[in-house]
Order: sequence, then structure tokens, then C-alpha cells
Amino acid sequence: MSEARERRDYTDGPLCLSGRNVTKVFGLGEKKTVAVDHVDFDFHEGEFVSIVGESGSGKTTLSKMLLGLLNSSEGEIFFEGKPRDISTGRRKREYWKGIQAIFQDPFSSFNVFHKIDSVLLDCINMRGGRSLSREKKIELMTEACSFVNLKFAELTNKYPFELSGGQMQRLMIARIFLLKPRILLADEPTSMVDACSRATILDMLLDLRDETGMTIIFITHDIGLAYYISDTVYIMEHGRFVESGRADTVILNPKAAYTKRLISDVPKIHEEWDLSTVDLKAE
Amino acid sequence: MGKIMLEVKDLKTKYVTRFHEDVYAVDGVSFRIEEGKSLGVAGESGCGKSTLALSMMGYYFPPLHYISGDIIIDGKDISGLDPDTVRKTVLGTEIAYIPQAAMNALNPTQKIIRFVEDVIRAHDPKADRKEIRARAEARFAELGLPADVLDKHAVELSGGMKQRTVIAVSTILSPKVLIADEPSSALDVTSQKMVIKMLRELMEKGYIKSMLFITHELPLLYNVTDDIMVMYAGQIVEKGSAKEMVFDPIHPYSHGLMGSILVPEEGTRGTTLTAIPGTPPNLKKPPRGCRFAERCRYATDECRYHAVAEKPFGEGRSYRCILPVDKLREVYENE
Repeated sequence: MSEARERRDYTDGPLCLSGRNVTKVFGLGEKKTVAVDHVDFDFHEGEFVSIVGESGSGKTTLSKMLLGLLNSSEGEIFFEGKPRDISTGRRKREYWKGIQAIFQDPFSSFNVFHKIDSVLLDCINMRGGRSLSREKKIELMTEACSFVNLKFAELTNKYPFELSGGQMQRLMIARIFLLKPRILLADEPTSMVDACSRATILDMLLDLRDETGMTIIFITHDIGLAYYISDTVYIMEHGRFVESGRADTVILNPKAAYTKRLISDVPKIHEEWDLSTVDLKAE
Repeated sequence: MGKIMLEVKDLKTKYVTRFHEDVYAVDGVSFRIEEGKSLGVAGESGCGKSTLALSMMGYYFPPLHYISGDIIIDGKDISGLDPDTVRKTVLGTEIAYIPQAAMNALNPTQKIIRFVEDVIRAHDPKADRKEIRARAEARFAELGLPADVLDKHAVELSGGMKQRTVIAVSTILSPKVLIADEPSSALDVTSQKMVIKMLRELMEKGYIKSMLFITHELPLLYNVTDDIMVMYAGQIVEKGSAKEMVFDPIHPYSHGLMGSILVPEEGTRGTTLTAIPGTPPNLKKPPRGCRFAERCRYATDECRYHAVAEKPFGEGRSYRCILPVDKLREVYENE
């Protein structure tokens, strides 16, 4: 359909974020829910990782633990080879310089009282650009906006709610472009935008990775999307990784029954979509 | 050719904003659906897909206003009827509508059976409770939904089950046309598949005679509907069978849309998704010429000044572009 994107192999770079026996238990006793159940993972530098699972499989809980928004009940997370320490507010802020996130709902990601300029200026200041001249800052902001196909001149003095969902999500990527964190965690960033803007956003994330070499952890329930975008996929069911590996291997030759089911649930265009196995009585 | 269930002729509707500006969201849309067939509508957000669905019910409330055009369901013109008549004689029996967030429409204090009673009594106020119950149970069994759902409250059901329940309740009077506006986009893939299976069963068992399915997910449209039409800025830019539209799109906009398809199949990885740059035009002042000209890679000055009419080609297909079909095919091949 169009020219191929050159894909470098990032899967054997140095370790960036890894976890051993990471577990999260909500509740106590009989009401106990194990949301994430002893998972191990190794994310390399520059790797595009997807975590795929249905609703309720523990994807978001895991992402919150990676971000340090939730404490894990058991297990340890390593950041750049060393055990992660976010016990104090100062250390947490230091950690967040290295990891940033894009969330599902662009409409609730921005403070409605702050203009777009100040959103972007905050990022520059956070990266130690506080003493830069006004012109230099505008130049940086213009560069970030043009990276995501937005025009800074049209955005200045506007509020985030004046933009469409797709534009807001792109502005979020512009923020990440300015911040240049080591790791970006994207939690279903395209589920609330239409198919056309989705293509734009996905390609921008790939460009961002190629340009800055950051690790991107992409959380999604759409296995087609994961296949297109990621180097490595982790398939999650009931808090466990049932299968993981290179996107090609896992999705073209799935081993686990759950992966097979997820793939069969997605409509395809070169194969018949088999609806005969669907049980409408299931919850 | 089968019996025509739904025919829309040159339908025009507008929104009137608070500042008394007119926004022409559906501008001269014509199409027809035969008995037992389904038609899909594709397009990006803000292109008028949902407004088309609202306009087709013949039930207008501000800010949406009817301008002109006909909506003919099974030989009966429903355009221009007053809202009360539409509600009593058209909605539910002739045409049913499932909005995007249908599952949030369930009142949490009521049991599901009350909604069924509501729908049936709106058309037959004297209907007996026992009869309604028997009818609902029979329909639910027929569609493979568990019967105990009827005595549950909405909060006890999962999202997918709520959506399926809403579909079952809104089609209980066997409407001739079902309009499904993104019925599965808020659900995960597994529940989505169940919703689609149910819609297909409704069609196969003849409870609905035809369906208009709206979504921006092209692989889904391809698998669900017989025909697809692509909408852009309130107009239809291309119509054709699902297969032709996905594998041989002619209009530059449809061509761009098909480039954003993502499926877990060999070969999709390694390609670059083609995104269409820019945003749709402001419909308060629609462009004079082709509405897509601003974003079109092949646009010439002529496109910007001359409006293009829908041109038929091939077997029952049509498109709205100044360039001839062969020329466009050639351009795409050389890319």
C-alpha cells in the first residue's frame, strides 16, 4: 500500500526496565483479588513493547505499578539495572523524569485552566530550560508542535479543550517530545480517537522512538494494533503473562489458547471472520 | 434485485448553533438498502455519520433541523411527519436506532423487563404484562440471551451484556430498518464479536429487514456489511460493495482511509500507515468546489472551484471526484 518503514532491531539493547515476581493484590482474605500475579518482564532500551489483554486482565494495574502510582504487593522492579527506589517524594519526582505516560482519555489529561503555551513551557522548564530566552523557548515549542503536525502559531493562546481529541493526543506526544523521558508508557492512547487519527498517532510514536531511542510500553486490547506497532508483545490473561516474545512469532504462530482466541476475535480482511463459536450466553 | 426497504433521496439537514449559524451536516445524501441487506457508513469523526443516523429517523429536535429530501421505508415516506406521529408510528416498528453509548441509557433503578414494557406499550398501550413477558422471553431465547437478564437491573450486567440487551429490547417490535451507530466501539474485542453475532442473527432470523451500520473501524465494516459507503463533510464520496471498497477504493479519501486498516495478519507489519493530513472543512461555510480538495494530494485548481456530482461507474458503484476512475487507479498503482 505504501513504502515500508525501516525497522531496526532494538530487542537486544541494554535493559531499561525489568521486573521479577511483580504482584498486586487488592483486598484481603476472601475478597482478595490478585490483579497482577507474579509477572517477570525485561524491557530493553528503545524497544517497543505491547501489553495486550482483555478488560480486567490487569494491564492498567501493571502500568500503574510501572509508573510508581501503585505500590506492588510483592516482587521488585528494576530501573536501568538497579532496584527502583521511589520511597520519598523527591526520589519519585526524579524517577518521573525518566518515565512519562500518555493516557486513554485525552479530554481529562489536561488542566482546563492552563493554556497550551504553559503546558509546553512547563516541559521546557522541567528539562532545565528555565533560563533560555523567550525566542529559544518558542523555537523549541514550534519544533515540538511541528513534530506532531500541529502549528504552534495556531495553538498559542488557546486552551486544550478547544482542540479535537486527536489533536489533544498529539499535543500530549509533543509534550513527550520536549521531555524526552527514557520510557514512555502509553495506556490505550488511541482507543478514543478515530481510525484515521489513530494511524497518525501510531506513526508519530514510531518516529518518536526512532528519533530519541526511548522505550515505549504500549498497553492495548487490540492485537492488530500491537502487531503493527511493537517489537515485542506480552499477552496478559488474569494477571499473568501467558505468552511473550517477538510480535511476528507470537501473533503469526500463537501458542497459548488465549492468544489464539484474542486473534480470532479481531475482524480481518483476508480471512473469513468465524462467528460460529460465539456463545451469546456468556457474560 | 430485492425489494427496497429503505430509500433516502437527497436528504439535507442542518444544525443551527446558538449564534444562529447553519451547519450543513448532511448535505444531499442518497442511497437505498434492499431487503436482507446491510449498508456500512465509514468516515472520520465529524464527517456527519451520526447526524445522518439521527436525520434518518424523521424525528428532529433542535439544534437539528430538516431542510429537504425523502426518507422512504418500505414504500412509506416518513419525512416531514410531525414528531408525535413519528414517535407513535415510526420509531420501534419501522426504524430502530442504537446509539453509541446505548448501554448507558438503561435506568439503573428499573429491571430490564420494564424497558421492554415501555417499548411495547408506546405502540400498544393496552398490552398485557404477561403477554409482554412471554414475548420478551421468547425473543431472548431465540437470540441466545439468558432469560434471567429480564429480572436484573442494569448495574448487574457487564458492558457487553448491557449492549446486547439494549439491542434485543430495541428490536423487539421487529423494525424494518435498524440503525446501529458504533454499537461496539466502547467494548473490548470479545464483546464486540458477540454484538456482531447478535446483529447477524437478527438479520438471518428476519427480525430486522435491513441494517445501516456506522463505524470508523474498516475491518469490522468489511466483515459485517454487504455494501460500504464513505462519507466526508456531509456528503457521500464513494459507494460500493464491501469487497470492492476495501480492495479497490477509487476516491482519494477512501483510498486514504483504507490505508489506515490495522489487522493481525501477515504483511501489515512493515508498511507505513497512510494518514490523511489536515482536518475536515468547517461546514458552516462548506468549500465551493470539492470538499476534500484542501487535503487531497491530487487536487488541482479546478477541484477547488467546481463542485463535483456523484458519478456512477462499474456495477452499482459511484464516486465523487473530478478525475476519471482509470486515471485514479493508475495513480495509486504507481505510488
